[in-house]
Amino acid sequence: MAKKKRGLGWQGVLWLSVPCVAVLAVPLFNRIEPELFGIPFFYWWQILWVPLSSVFLFMAYGRIRKEK
Amino acid sequence: MNPTALTVFLALFVLIIVLGFLSARWQQADLAHLQEWGLGGRRFGTWITWFLIGGDLYTAYTFVAVPALVFGAGALGFFALPYTVLVYPLVFAVLPKLWSIAKHHHFITAADFVEARYDSPVLALAIALTGIVATMPYIALQLVGIEVVIAALGFPTHGFWGEVPLLVAFIVLAAFTYVSGLRAPASIAVVKDLLVIITIVALIVVVPAQVGGFAAIFQQIPKEHLLLPAIHAGDLGMQSFYVTLALGSAMGLMLYPHATTAVLAAKGPETLHRNWIILPAYSLVLGLIALLGYVAYVAHVEKIPALAPYFHAFGPQFAMPGLLLAYFPGYFVGIGLAAVAIGALVPASIMSIAAANLFTRNIYRSFLHRQCTPMQETQMAKNVSLLVKLGALFFILFLPTEFAIQLQLLGGILILQTLPAIVAGIYTRWFDPRALLAAWFLSLSWGVWAAAQTGFQKSMYVLTLAGWQIPAYIGFYAVIGNFLLAVLFTLLLRLGKQHHLRDRTAVEAYGE
Repeated sequence: MAKKKRGLGWQGVLWLSVPCVAVLAVPLFNRIEPELFGIPFFYWWQILWVPLSSVFLFMAYGRIRKEK
Repeated sequence: MNPTALTVFLALFVLIIVLGFLSARWQQADLAHLQEWGLGGRRFGTWITWFLIGGDLYTAYTFVAVPALVFGAGALGFFALPYTVLVYPLVFAVLPKLWSIAKHHHFITAADFVEARYDSPVLALAIALTGIVATMPYIALQLVGIEVVIAALGFPTHGFWGEVPLLVAFIVLAAFTYVSGLRAPASIAVVKDLLVIITIVALIVVVPAQVGGFAAIFQQIPKEHLLLPAIHAGDLGMQSFYVTLALGSAMGLMLYPHATTAVLAAKGPETLHRNWIILPAYSLVLGLIALLGYVAYVAHVEKIPALAPYFHAFGPQFAMPGLLLAYFPGYFVGIGLAAVAIGALVPASIMSIAAANLFTRNIYRSFLHRQCTPMQETQMAKNVSLLVKLGALFFILFLPTEFAIQLQLLGGILILQTLPAIVAGIYTRWFDPRALLAAWFLSLSWGVWAAAQTGFQKSMYVLTLAGWQIPAYIGFYAVIGNFLLAVLFTLLLRLGKQHHLRDRTAVEAYGE
């Protein structure tokens, strides 16, 4: 059987790593300003990345489907 | 005791009991096969898998513990949020592959995979035992969640009448799991998730408005509570701990037997991928739950005279039920508390099934009774699922709650040490099983030692490197050491031409 190359590929891995880097860079977001509706940056930044991670997962999913 | 709350609570409880037993007939199949009882026949589609994994990962204890952490510890308690952001990209990359391999070879557990991949029942035994030991206190914690709810309903917190409701909940849980297997938590998870979402949304809409909105809430919280301490020269402080705790917990989560079980029960990689795109919706709920900790802090729920005794008994863990009791009418208190209680039964059921699968496949069938029939195998799993839950119950009834929390903390460190064997195995057969076993043992021992240094109170270890103090999650340091040791030992074995490469999995299983 010929070896099928199917998987995330480097682009897929890149898409997946974006939300990870965003929430791991603690020194960059461990601050109050800029606030959003009175919510400190530390909190709204991390909450924001929950729905954004969905977007990036969807992009990675697109890579997998393309390679199929 | 509030009669309306109790009535609503009991009605919802009866509903899920009926649902639990009816599940045996759902997608009917021969439940005498472990694949059917313990994995639901690997037939769960996108929606059921969403509810199942959601019900599995966001447990009752989460709803109680996360606001409690933020209420008590401030910013550090918010680590649950980056943790849930990290989980899905990680599992997205790794677990669908495991699913394909498992399907090809009819594996039920991750240890099944390790056994075949390395042709090493002993390494599989180590993986299985780690899984069982890490899962037991987790089940016990779910019962703690139920205990908090029972107290909030107005039952006495101590003595015989305080324990009867817990026993009833336990019997219900044990019976429907025994009869219906994984189908029971899967169907109950739908009800549980709906109740949880209704409760949390109501809490987050109603309560902050009562105390002046989120802007006002954040203004009343002291700054040292709001942020992690800044990095000083020579000391990374809490920031490196925050990061490694989130990352280590996320990596550990995908290795927990109950997570593997829910993943292997899905219909296919396609189902899983689609699932993880929509699962962050649930994490959003978790983020809101975390903020409730601050709402409780500002609302001073612990000072409300009627609630003070509960805070005395349960500490910050009563923050979330306390908000329910303080701001909502009786019927809604019933719904909210039922959400937490049912939210405990679902994961407890999945966890006991997962531990039972591990025992049956990787201890009973590998070492005690090699020639067992499929029916004997399933019967054994059913019995073990009872035994595991009974163990958790005794734990809660006879030992202080503190023990369960400490052991669960330790369990997280332990489960992370199965990462090199399982995850590396999905990608490469380079490692030698004896090297993995030795590295597992050493890192596990170090992890327990490091936790013991804190009196099992914390999961933090401070490493001093080139004059820098680097506090980090013990499990994280241990798994790095684990990985390096496994590489070193494998290299030594290979240099000495002593390594073995026997592999009972098929090459085509990896390309599927």
